[in-house]
Amino acid sequence: MKLVEKNFDKEGVGYVVLIPEESEDMWHAYNLISKGDSVRSTTIRKVQTESSTGSSSSNRVRTTLTITVENIDFDTQACMLRLKGRNIEENQYVKMGAYHTLDLELNRKFSLRKAEWDSVALERIDLACDPTKSADVAAVVMQEGLANVCLITSSMTIVRAKIDVSIPRKRKGFVQQYEKGLTRFYDQVMQAILRHINFDIVKCVLIASPGFVRDQFFDYMFQTAVKTDNKVLLDNKSKFMLVHSSSGFKHSLKEVLQDPAVMNKISDTKASAEVKLLETFYMMLQLEPARAFYGKKHVEKANEAQAIETLLISDNLFRCQDVKLRKEYVKLVDSVKENGGDVRIFSSLHISGEQLEQLTGVAAILRFPMPELEEDDDSAEDD
Amino acid sequence: MSRHRDIRNMDYSDEYDGYDDIYGHSVDDDYYISPSNRQFLYNRENSTRSSESDIKEEDEVEAQLSDTEKVKLESCIDQIKVILDSKNIPHSDLVNTVISQNFDVQRAVNVILEDPKYKQAKYLDKKEKVFTQTTIQPTESESSNVKVVASTPKTATNVTKGFDLPNKLTFTPRSQSPASGRETPVTVLSSDTTEDTKAKAKDVKFDPQQLYKKERGEEKEHLYMIVIGHVDAGKSTLMGHLLYELGQVNQRTMHKYEQESRKLGKQSFMYAWVLDETGEERNRGITMDVGRFQFSTKTKSVTLLDAPGHKDFIPNMISGAGQADVALLVVDATRGEFETGFDFGGQTREHALLVRSLGVTQLAVPINKLDTVSWSKERFDEIVKKLKGFLKQAGFKESDVTFVPCSGLSGQNLTSKPTENELVAWYDGPCLLEVIDNFRSPERPVSKPFRLSINDIFKGTGAAFCVSGRVETGTLSVGDKVLLCPNRESAIVKSLAIEDVSKTIVFAGDQATVTLSGIEMQNVSVGNILCDPQYPVSVASKFQARIVVFNVTVPITKGFPVVLHHQSLVEPAVVRKLISQLNKSTGEVLKKHPRFLGNNTSAIVEIQVSRPIALELYSECKELGRVMLRVGGVTIAAGLITKIIL
Ligand SMILES: Nc1nc2c(ncn2[C@@H]2O[C@H](COP(=O)(O)OP(=O)(O)OP(=O)(O)O)[C@@H](O)[C@H]2O)c(=O)[nH]1
Ligand SMILES: [Mg+2]
Repeated sequence: MKLVEKNFDKEGVGYVVLIPEESEDMWHAYNLISKGDSVRSTTIRKVQTESSTGSSSSNRVRTTLTITVENIDFDTQACMLRLKGRNIEENQYVKMGAYHTLDLELNRKFSLRKAEWDSVALERIDLACDPTKSADVAAVVMQEGLANVCLITSSMTIVRAKIDVSIPRKRKGFVQQYEKGLTRFYDQVMQAILRHINFDIVKCVLIASPGFVRDQFFDYMFQTAVKTDNKVLLDNKSKFMLVHSSSGFKHSLKEVLQDPAVMNKISDTKASAEVKLLETFYMMLQLEPARAFYGKKHVEKANEAQAIETLLISDNLFRCQDVKLRKEYVKLVDSVKENGGDVRIFSSLHISGEQLEQLTGVAAILRFPMPELEEDDDSAEDD
Repeated sequence: MSRHRDIRNMDYSDEYDGYDDIYGHSVDDDYYISPSNRQFLYNRENSTRSSESDIKEEDEVEAQLSDTEKVKLESCIDQIKVILDSKNIPHSDLVNTVISQNFDVQRAVNVILEDPKYKQAKYLDKKEKVFTQTTIQPTESESSNVKVVASTPKTATNVTKGFDLPNKLTFTPRSQSPASGRETPVTVLSSDTTEDTKAKAKDVKFDPQQLYKKERGEEKEHLYMIVIGHVDAGKSTLMGHLLYELGQVNQRTMHKYEQESRKLGKQSFMYAWVLDETGEERNRGITMDVGRFQFSTKTKSVTLLDAPGHKDFIPNMISGAGQADVALLVVDATRGEFETGFDFGGQTREHALLVRSLGVTQLAVPINKLDTVSWSKERFDEIVKKLKGFLKQAGFKESDVTFVPCSGLSGQNLTSKPTENELVAWYDGPCLLEVIDNFRSPERPVSKPFRLSINDIFKGTGAAFCVSGRVETGTLSVGDKVLLCPNRESAIVKSLAIEDVSKTIVFAGDQATVTLSGIEMQNVSVGNILCDPQYPVSVASKFQARIVVFNVTVPITKGFPVVLHHQSLVEPAVVRKLISQLNKSTGEVLKKHPRFLGNNTSAIVEIQVSRPIALELYSECKELGRVMLRVGGVTIAAGLITKIIL
């Protein structure tokens, strides 16, 4: 993301002007913009004009609009943000208060004004504008008949293609049907890789599976590449890396990202750090349960006792519609930091973030055990 | 709508309580495992217990008759049915009338016609319609060689007409509960609509139990046996050699395997090639998917399922184990190898726990590769001792586990008494084949509504396509209409086969191949359930289960992602809620909403599957009420479905 301008007054009221440059920036923007903010950007508006003869025609005009955001949609596949809200600035074509939907896209400048910029929002801007880019990684997790072709950036894991076919099992005397089915499946996966992975951007392609599927597939793909003289694949052969996973389901990416060889190769992705941290939390829960808590109530109590060593919190909690609730989470984050604790905001687009989200969205590893927390029975946990 | 759901839940919990009781009694006292866990380790042999006692009522009367009387009785009833179309008159009433009228058809008919109870139109109408419908039954012509069964329905008891004849159903009491009809409440209740009459055609069937006896009575008892154990324990070699000795593999083929395996430098795998058929398996010397083979012992016809031992292929092993009645747990006696497979995270333990949780109770343990330890009795005893303790804990009764010393490679003690002096010196027990022959075949729940879980889909000859899988409960005939769940698509059964032998009817327990029409092949996937459209299975993506947590490296919390195994279905799922932690032995609630579940705990949890699946309450259908939860290639828990939510 490119930060063009930043203008805050002493109270933290103000605006920023940003240009999203890559797909991940749209995700940052999505996390940055909340309901009630105002956003200004160029857009296309259909305008009805009536000629002197009375016939009306409609044409599209480009104009700049400012709206107060009421609704935000993030389209991961098209990498686009759709903001809906009312117009708040006098405009030649659009009445005040009229509804408009602004589409934010790559390379389209927008300015964002908030009534209050809290620490979490400011940090998001820093993160988004951090010029040290981590390598983009593609991963294909597969098992016989199932493959997920994913793209992993530092804060997003997006499934680009899912291949789910049934392959006949081996049966007495009918091994060919199985082998034919398998070949057809490999071909589909290979086509998906060619279609969805941009080798100019992607630095590493992980192929993960249980058993020998990955080796078989890899051999198949490069035999085919040689036969068809597929330059793209042949030139990028060194980018491929074969690793073990227990299944072809998306969540076994977790195992892939924890593989030491993978961690070496893609050292700086946030994805594997988050997987590791969540794992640490679970290990603590296993070994010393009084030092690992989740759920807002328990975590807040631990924070009151200044006991939090590491706070794991999902970014979707800051996207919540309830302003008061968001404030409470921001306060929690600030206070943990004040007390010298570490705060990790998990991306809900990564698999570990998905899991944390299911685990109430907030968890903490404590400096010292607080068995008293365990005692207070928490039936409020029930949702 | 929500009210309906409540009613359903209520029903369920009442029944579940009842079932708990019944179940508790059916277990032997020397059973090691705690009472509450017995449910997880359900004994497949007992699965028809409740339905058995159901149909006894009528059988009891008949049981007192001599054979000739029985034949007479049958033919009388058949005649009466032709005359009266009395298909709605309970079978037992017919039996009693015929007996009381001393097998005189004319008099019996008069008695029935005069009985006010049967005067109502609903018993004696629709004669014509029903008559033509019954003749569609394809099984009837097939069974013409059997004496008394004519082409009219023999059992009126199978007819379901709403709740009119609640206790005359041949299905178990549970399946009659409103809950079981929940998917099609309309059809069940509106017994007078024409639609229902149409549906009835399928219902007008023979008494499945008797039909089963008739069709299969002559044959050897069928047994499905899965061979399990740590990778390279010698499972495929052991079974390949056994099959060779039994003459199931001819000498020429064996010679070919020997030559070809030698070329690959893998001659020690020549017997394994009998079961490892794909190029990949042979090249790598490792079984990847379940291999199948048929053979016979003195009293049994056995379908052998050779499971892969490698950790990564456990999903295939689970789908094979779901079809099995009994298991062979092969262990490698070689020093260090047994220890790898058993003590240090090998698959010996996991496999044994899995088959037990899937309902297998009888186990034989071939202590294999004894040639590598010079047939040492000490080694044998050492391994037996270790395994005994573990298996008992896993829930196997000591009397249901047999240990056999053998060598798959040299062929010692497979199909005949050992010849190796060192072994003869101390072993005088049965050979492996005898042990297999001694397994008991379980009862087949043929009287329950039909269910088949699909574990393979492939092209048949011509345009048709086939699915294969185990008939979990009930029976299926050619021409039957079936419902594919969870998609709820209908299809027609074009033909049936078991091990490539064509059949007109298949029964619970059979591993059948079904050729379907009226449905697209790409709409069918592994793990789908074929069922009786009148008694469909439930479809839901959320349910509660009572789980037992195995050894886990990290505890289970809410939001925990798992891989759910349900029969052959493998689907990602999330443990949504931890509802309560239970005392493992008493089942009493220890804690509501526990924060996490650690090793060896038991709990009620709510599970959310990524998309709807076909499933049933354990209390209604044990076969479809069990789930396994796995994470990162390790089985972390086994569960029983206790409540279906949505
Ligand atoms: N010495 C000796 N070797 C054996 C014996 N049985 C099997 N083997 C060897 O053990 C190796 C593995 O045999 P398999 O039959 O493929 O083992 P498996 O248990 O089927 O292996 P997976 O299916 O891959 O789990 C082969 O090299 C066999 O020759 C035996 O009784 N004695
Ligand atoms: Mg094998």
